Amino acid sequence: MLKIENLRVAVEEGGEIVKGLDLEVGRGEIHAIMGPNGSGKSTLANALMGHPRYEVTGGSVTFEGEDLLELEPDERARLGVFMAFQYPSEVPGVSVANFLRTAVNSVREEELSAMEMYRLLQEKMRVMQIDPSFAERYLNEGFSGGEKKRNEILQLLMLQPKLAILDETDSGLDIDALQVVARGVNEMRGPEFSAIVITHYSRILRYIEPDYVHVMLDGRIVTSGGKELADELEAKGYDWVRQEFGAGTQS
Amino acid sequence: MPEEKSITELGLDEYRYGFRDPEEYFFKTPRKGLDPEIIAMISKHKNEPEWMLEFRLKALEIFLEKPTPTWGGDLSGLDFDDIYYYIRPVENQGRSWDEVPEEIKNTFERLGIPQAEREVLAGVGAQYESEVVYHNLKEEWEKQGVIFLDMDGGLREHEDIVRQYFGTVVPPDDNKFAALNSAVWSGGSFVYVPAGVHVDIPLQAYFRINAENMGQFERTLIIAEEGSYVHYIEGCTAPTYTTNSLHSAVVELIAKPGARIRYSTIQNWSHNTYNLVTKRGVAYENATIEWVDGNLGSKLTMKYPAVYLMGEGAHGEILSVAYAGDGQHQDAGGKVVHAAPNTTSRITSKSISKGTGRSSYRGLLKVHEGAENSKSRVECDALLLDEKARTDTYPYIEIEEKKVTTEHEASVSKVGEDQLFYLMSRGIPEDEAMALVVNGFIEPIAKELPLEYAIELNRLIQLEMEGSVG
Repeated sequence: MLKIENLRVAVEEGGEIVKGLDLEVGRGEIHAIMGPNGSGKSTLANALMGHPRYEVTGGSVTFEGEDLLELEPDERARLGVFMAFQYPSEVPGVSVANFLRTAVNSVREEELSAMEMYRLLQEKMRVMQIDPSFAERYLNEGFSGGEKKRNEILQLLMLQPKLAILDETDSGLDIDALQVVARGVNEMRGPEFSAIVITHYSRILRYIEPDYVHVMLDGRIVTSGGKELADELEAKGYDWVRQEFGAGTQS
Repeated sequence: MPEEKSITELGLDEYRYGFRDPEEYFFKTPRKGLDPEIIAMISKHKNEPEWMLEFRLKALEIFLEKPTPTWGGDLSGLDFDDIYYYIRPVENQGRSWDEVPEEIKNTFERLGIPQAEREVLAGVGAQYESEVVYHNLKEEWEKQGVIFLDMDGGLREHEDIVRQYFGTVVPPDDNKFAALNSAVWSGGSFVYVPAGVHVDIPLQAYFRINAENMGQFERTLIIAEEGSYVHYIEGCTAPTYTTNSLHSAVVELIAKPGARIRYSTIQNWSHNTYNLVTKRGVAYENATIEWVDGNLGSKLTMKYPAVYLMGEGAHGEILSVAYAGDGQHQDAGGKVVHAAPNTTSRITSKSISKGTGRSSYRGLLKVHEGAENSKSRVECDALLLDEKARTDTYPYIEIEEKKVTTEHEASVSKVGEDQLFYLMSRGIPEDEAMALVVNGFIEPIAKELPLEYAIELNRLIQLEMEGSVG
C-alpha cells in the first residue's frame, strides 16, 4: 500500500534529516516508528504529507501505486493519506464545523448534505468525548494541548483515510486523554485502514497495539520487530539503541 | 405626481428606460469641469429652493480654495476638469447590456445573480421584483411615520427637515471632497425616523431603485429621533459599474438621545475609480451609532467613517474591512471623538492585501477634556496574502482628559505556510484554503452583516482572490 524506498529529506536550516529510509506498510497494518528526539521521525511524517519546507532529495514514495511525491498535500489527502499533527495550526474565525464540512466535502466524491454532515459530526464527537459546543469554536484557537489532539483524531474519524500518520499524537497527553485518542484510532482499525504511529514513548502502544515496531535513529530505520520490540526499548532505553546500532553516527 | 403612482401607471417597457419625470430625460451638464454656471444649472434643473443653490455655490468656493490633500493616497491622477459633474442618471440607465464590460458580466455570472438584477446593478435596467417589495415595505414605514426617499425627493417633500440638518454634521468646509459633494450632490437617501419607532427591517438603498442611488456624488442624511432605531444598508456587493472615475459621497447621521443607527455598506467599485467618501455621525446622550463598512475594488479609496460622541453615555462602533488587490490602495479606518463623559467606542479594522495592493489603516481617536470615564478600544489587523503586498498603520490619538481608558492593538499577519499546509493536508485545495483563512479573518465583521450580505462579501473576496495563488 505504502512503499518508501531510500527516502532522503532535507530542511533548509538543518540539512539532511532523513538519510535513506525504507519502509513498507501493507493494508490494515499498524506500524509504530519509535526513536529519540532528532532522529527524523517528524521530518518523515511531514515529507510524506508534502510540507513545502521539507525537501525530498532522493528516493521514492508510492501509495497504492501512485507516486506520492509528485502530488500536492491536498491531492495526497484525497488519495486517502492523513496526518495527525503534533502542532496543529490555529485558523481564527473558522469554526471546527465549517472546517470539517469543507474538508470532508473535499475528500469525498459526493458532497454530504447538511443533515448527514451534522449527524456524522455528532457521532464522531461522541466517540472522542467532545462536547457539541466544540464544533462552533474557532479551529485550534485557544485549544488546550489535549483538545488539539482530540480534534486531530476527530478529523481522522471524519475523513476516514486509508493511511494515517500520527505524529507524536501522544505527547503531552494525560492518561485519560491518551485513552480517548487511542479509542478514536482503534475505531478506525480494520482491513482497510493502515497507520504509522510515530512516538517517543511506548506508552501509547499499550492502547494502540502495533503489528510492527521500527526504531529510527539518525534518519534511518535501524531495527524492526514485533510489538515486543517496544517493550524491549522501554526497558533498555534509547542509549541501548545508540550503542547497538548507532556506532559513529551520534553527533 | 407621487412616484409610486407613476410607476404603476407606466408600462414596464417604458420604465426600463427609467424616467420618472419626462422633462429630466437625458439631461447632462453641457461641458466637463466645474464653475458657478454649472452649479446653477444643476440646481435649476432640480428645481431646488434658493437656499440650496446658495449652499452649493458657497461649497464650490470652498472646493476651489482648498488644496487637494497630500496625505492618504495618491490623487495626482485625478483631473477635476475632466469630469462631468452632473449626469442625469436616466442616461446611465439608457445604456444597453451590450455595453457592459465582459469582466463585470462574468462576475455577475459567477455570483449567480439573475439577469434582471444584473441589469440594475450594471445600471442598464430596473428591478421589477424589488419594486414590489419596496412598495409593500413603504406602506408599512409610512404608517409608522418613517420617511425613506432619495435625497432629491426628500428636499422636495420635506424641505423643512432637510434644511434644519443638511450639512450640519459634515459642513462643506470639512474637507475638499465634502465641499465638492456639497456643491454638486445628487441622489443618495433621506431617512427620517420619528421618536420611539423601531424600524425592524433594514432600509436598503437597493430597494429604492432610483438610479440615483448609484450616483457619483450621492448625499445621504439619516435622522433618528429620540429612542428610535434604524438599520440602513447601502450599496450592493456586485461591482458597481461606472464609467466615472470619481465617486465622492457624503453621509450624515444624527442619532438623538437614546436612538441607535446602524449603517452598513459593502461597496465594490470598478478598478479605475477614486472613491473618496466622508461619513460621519453624531450621537447624543445614550445614543449609538454603528458603521459597518466593507470596501472592495476602486483604484484608491479614502474613507474613515466617524462618530462624534456628543452626549453622555453615547456609544460609537466602527467595523471596517478592506481588500486591496493588485494596483489598489485602500486607505480606510475610522474616527471617534469623545466629547462627553462616560462615552464608549470601539474601532475594529481589518484589511487584506494581495499582490501590489496596499492597505492602510488611518484612525483618529480624540478625547476632549471633560469626557471623563470614556473608554475606547482600537483594533486593527492586517492580513497579507503574499510577499509583495503592503500594509501601513497610522493611528492618531489625541487625549486631553486624564480619566480615560484607551486600548490600541494592531497586528499584521501573513497567511502562513504552516496554516495552508494544515488545511491542504485535509484535502482542501490551496485556493480554497487561502479563502478559508481570509473568510476567518473577516468573520468578526461578516457576522455583523445580514446573512446574505455576509455570504456575498465572502464570495466576492474569493472572486477577487482568484489567481492570487500560484
